[in-house]
Amino acid sequence: MNWKTFLAMLARDAHVARRNVMVLALQTFLQPLMFVFIFGRVMVRSGYMPAAYKSLLLPGIMAISMVFTGVWAVAMPLIAEFQFTREIEDRLLAPMEISWVAIEKVLFGTLQALISGLVVIPAAWLILRPGVGLNLRAPLEFAVVTLLVALFAASGGLALGCSVNQTHIGLMFSMVLTPMIFFGCTYYPWSALNSFPILQKIVLINPLVYASEGLRATLVPQFPHLSLLAVLVVLTLFDALMLVVGLRQFRSKAVS
Amino acid sequence: MGRSARYQYFCMVGIRTLDLRKVYTSAPPFGAGAGGFGAPAQRGKRPKQPKPEIVALDSLSLDVAAGEIFGLLGPNGAGKSTTVGILTTRVRPTGGQAWIGEHDVWKEQVPVKRLIGVVAQRPNLDFSLTAREILVFHGAYFGLDSNERGKRAELLLERFKLTDRADQMVRGFSGGMMQRLSIARAMMHDPQVLFLDEPSAGLDPQTRLLLWEIIREYNKSGKTVLLTTHNMEEADALAHRLAIIDHGRNIALGTPAELKASVPGGYLLRLRFGSSSPELLQTFRSLPGVREVRPVEPAGADVYADRGGSLVPEVASQAAAAGVELRDVHISEPSLENLFLHHTGRSLRE
Repeated sequence: MNWKTFLAMLARDAHVARRNVMVLALQTFLQPLMFVFIFGRVMVRSGYMPAAYKSLLLPGIMAISMVFTGVWAVAMPLIAEFQFTREIEDRLLAPMEISWVAIEKVLFGTLQALISGLVVIPAAWLILRPGVGLNLRAPLEFAVVTLLVALFAASGGLALGCSVNQTHIGLMFSMVLTPMIFFGCTYYPWSALNSFPILQKIVLINPLVYASEGLRATLVPQFPHLSLLAVLVVLTLFDALMLVVGLRQFRSKAVS
Repeated sequence: MGRSARYQYFCMVGIRTLDLRKVYTSAPPFGAGAGGFGAPAQRGKRPKQPKPEIVALDSLSLDVAAGEIFGLLGPNGAGKSTTVGILTTRVRPTGGQAWIGEHDVWKEQVPVKRLIGVVAQRPNLDFSLTAREILVFHGAYFGLDSNERGKRAELLLERFKLTDRADQMVRGFSGGMMQRLSIARAMMHDPQVLFLDEPSAGLDPQTRLLLWEIIREYNKSGKTVLLTTHNMEEADALAHRLAIIDHGRNIALGTPAELKASVPGGYLLRLRFGSSSPELLQTFRSLPGVREVRPVEPAGADVYADRGGSLVPEVASQAAAAGVELRDVHISEPSLENLFLHHTGRSLRE
């Protein structure tokens, strides 16, 4: 393994991200924070939502931001660079096994997802306060869940980015990411689906369910949530699956 | 630079391929297309039908000596870009083997990638970076320290006349500037073997001369250069040896002079008549200096001879005597074009 090359590619990505930091930030935070403002503040103060909704909402918003950021950070550059301009070629020709080019992208996407998740907490807290009952009893579990969610987002981005071409980007968002977000127990806990038993079973195939429920279990454990063990196991499986599929797609796209 | 000078005597690196075969079952990548302008495949709806198989390379064997400038000459779709793709780890061969120096290209990709620099047919620059950053990051991928990266980038920017645009994003560069930057990038890590796929396509004549000078200079420091072209002038001017390939096969190999001498006579007269007349062609064969006469459908002939213009009056009077109208005469001086035509019956430009 050639670490110099790997680190140089990380440095390149960091350089490009720094250059686009404002655009990235707006893209990542504007929508979730507006949602937080309307649902967590406007609706709660006007009495349409119970005050407890603030605390319930925050982990879901965090999950959305992380998944959106990770997918965007990995998938979008890959889609662009695998176009007929083949911008990625200079990295494929660097003296390193080509799978590591993909792993570098995943690592960088994971870092971006982590940053966005950790920035959303204080930002949403500022918008929502007072009355957010964050209850971080098990920081280690929280860290592990956050890491697994970030890795899922980035490796999911790899799998999507290597399977979707530029003309289908819109479709990727409307057909994959939007349903994932709405059926991902982000704006409501899984237990809220008790009165929709079939839907409640079906949404279990959605990895975002485990992301939001896992963050709920570690940030606001006072609310009902899926068992943390189940969350950890399933998220690990999804991470592995996305990574394997993504790497395979990447290799087949990289070599003709 | 000092480092490379020390190394060059120990690691002059050649290129070898043995029975290389490539069959594409999906649309070949741009610049490795079979035939014509490899327009990107229509995306989206694809009718269900058996995958078309395109044979791009059909048992191609080459042996490029270390320190040589070797040219691959052939029409579009001949397999030139596929050959470069395989030799640079970017295309998986369907059969056969390829080596850069001692390394099997497919099995030892990382050591191979260290030895090679690649200029693709279309500029594939990193659009998120400026010209200078492209060179500097490329140097970093190859493990150059930051001091050396900066210095080399500066030198190359100057050599390729890009200094005044060095800190601009390459998105706005003209095709020629992108091409120059691609070549500069390929030289950034001082590779032992340089691959140039149609390097002067889209360059103005002045820049082309600059490029030729740079390639010759690079080669003088002991580096091997493999370039593909369908420009005979370029092949003639640069290459020590040439392989002419067509339909994925090697059809002729030698120095430009040898290859040109291998065409009977050297001169080619392409004649077109009003009507076809085998008897007339027979009389041409007995004209002094004529080496070979090939009938061309529907009514014409390619006459290979060791003289050009002086043959025309004789041809014309023979035709008049036979009552056949001579409609068109085209004289080619000894050239690689004639050679290609002699071997394939087709023009390089067709």
